[in-house]
Amino acid sequence: MPELMQFLLSGITVGAVYALIALGFTIIYNASDVVNFAQGEFVMLGGMITVFTYAAGLPLPLAAIVAIVLTAGVGVLLNKLAIEPARGAPVVSLIIITIGASIFIRGVAQVVFDKQLHRFPAFSGDAPIAVLGATILPQSLWVIAGAMAVFVGLYLFFTRTLLGRAVLATANNRMAAQLVGINTKYVMTLSFALSAAIGALGGVLVTPITLVSYDVGIGLALKGFAAAMLGGMGNPKGALVGGILLGIIEALTAGYISSQYKDAAAFVVIIAVLFAMPNGLFAKGSTDRV
Amino acid sequence: MKISTALGAATLAVTMLGPVGAAQAEIKIGASLSETGPAGYLGVPEGQTIRMMVKEINDAGGINGEKIKLFIYDDGGDPNKARTFATRLVEDDGVVAIVGGTTTGATMSIMPVAAEAKVPFISLAGAIEIIKPVQAWTFKTPHTDRMACEKIFVDMKKRGFTKIAMISGSDGFGASMRKQCLDVKGNYGIDVIADEIYGPQDADMTPQLTKIKNAPNVQAVLNAGFGQGPAVVTRNYAQLAIKMPFYQSHGVASGEFIKLAGKEASEGIRLPGTALLVADLLSDSDKQKPVVLAYKKSYEPAYNTPVSTFGGYAYDAMQILVDSIKRAGSTKPAAIRDAIEKTSGLVGTTGIVTMSPTDHLGLDLSAFKMLEIRNGNWTIVE
Repeated sequence: MPELMQFLLSGITVGAVYALIALGFTIIYNASDVVNFAQGEFVMLGGMITVFTYAAGLPLPLAAIVAIVLTAGVGVLLNKLAIEPARGAPVVSLIIITIGASIFIRGVAQVVFDKQLHRFPAFSGDAPIAVLGATILPQSLWVIAGAMAVFVGLYLFFTRTLLGRAVLATANNRMAAQLVGINTKYVMTLSFALSAAIGALGGVLVTPITLVSYDVGIGLALKGFAAAMLGGMGNPKGALVGGILLGIIEALTAGYISSQYKDAAAFVVIIAVLFAMPNGLFAKGSTDRV
Repeated sequence: MKISTALGAATLAVTMLGPVGAAQAEIKIGASLSETGPAGYLGVPEGQTIRMMVKEINDAGGINGEKIKLFIYDDGGDPNKARTFATRLVEDDGVVAIVGGTTTGATMSIMPVAAEAKVPFISLAGAIEIIKPVQAWTFKTPHTDRMACEKIFVDMKKRGFTKIAMISGSDGFGASMRKQCLDVKGNYGIDVIADEIYGPQDADMTPQLTKIKNAPNVQAVLNAGFGQGPAVVTRNYAQLAIKMPFYQSHGVASGEFIKLAGKEASEGIRLPGTALLVADLLSDSDKQKPVVLAYKKSYEPAYNTPVSTFGGYAYDAMQILVDSIKRAGSTKPAAIRDAIEKTSGLVGTTGIVTMSPTDHLGLDLSAFKMLEIRNGNWTIVE
């Protein structure tokens, strides 16, 4: 029993990391149908900038805020310099642009920062908390809380605010959105800033657990992307559930079957789900009116 | 009269030797390193070390009075580029020896080029396949994964552990070391009871460690890994309050590891490391002490970064090469090759090198020191 509990806690820890990253994909996707493959780089920047501002003497909370604000700025720049000039290009081209941007950001990061691994202290110490014979690190609770908070925030944003609906409207039909008076350019900029900020927040929260270096972005983004696909791209609920589910599947496979097949098992489940539900667990069916 | 004769002779000599002399006054040495790309953190200190040493040697008058001309290319860890650069080094630049091949992949693609051109090649990469089976023109300086396994198993046996658990990264380093350890375990009477794997960027390894914790009769645990994996494993090990003795590999033998894994979590961990890492702790009678201190003294102020094992590999490669050219008294590639093979008792940063026609690495287990982390510092336990 404590064994199962430990596997579940591990799964939730890892799953919350995936969920937090998956949530970052939702806004840009909702605004533009673009899967932003530079999302992992936002996570990396959040971690790296915090590491370096913290090392420069800033208190940790302030360092984290600086990292989130700066990364949001990078998100805006990415939109202004790379995505906006290509406006009108097909979605696939835009996705390829984000892949290019991610390589570029990684390259700049290894020059501006360095190539070493870094970590800053966990927010509430490293003493494990015992739960029914198993243990979890306090930082994992921070990650879970962070994922929950971002989820609730996004849910309210998309359903309760005019701005959130404007984002959805822009994604649905940019021309129509413009005709009803939505500033689609502003919506795009905003969505990149928010996505980058969420990514950076994720980076700040997960760095004490996963450590950070200039090249962690790809790995994190891939798992986050898988989680988002599993749950349903663009749906905050899907990102959250998809992430946690992916983490738990991995942990249980590693625990009960074999750690060799951990990643394989997770991807088999994803393929099976997408086969049955091509839009993910929580996707709304397509509602295009003819 | 005398003066004019001398001058005349000198002029004559210069005129006659002109073009030939200019070519012979230089020893051309080539290097293909991964100064960028995923192995950049290995290639950068290697490149810095080689440039620094060439400058020092030339400032001191060169080898046997001839200066070194260095050709360095950055292959970015790409075997295809490494092959192209190796070809350029032997065909266009006309080098007499090649150093480099930061990664095993790059090394493997330089080897046939060097062999075909009959130019000696000293690799800086880890895999045992580079020197086993022995290839006439290829040598290497880094110790192998297999030696790290053996060093750890010797220590385990000394402490009376025969049933162990392994947890290894699924990346190249972890997978290769796991394979080598499983391969040699029989020679030391070691049984691997649990054999777990993790992804190099995984955030949590507690499921694997829980299984190890619950496996019957495990006496010690060995983590073969590189990068952030071992730091996360170490933290999880402490989180689960596992009390068994814990061994890490030489892949994390750096001060960074203690910082990343945390002082408390890393207490008592043992791992095989090189003399370079613990230069200040070596006893004065240790033959390697003056060598590693000399390297630290010239490298650290020049680049303002601490020395690394990888730079040490390049340092040793250059030492071997320079020593061989001196002994050969010739800059013909074949003569240099023969001299490298006769290297004997050369004290390097990685160990004391004695090559032979059947051993193109020349290190034994004494090249590794068994280290233990106590109070956040390395100590030597031997």
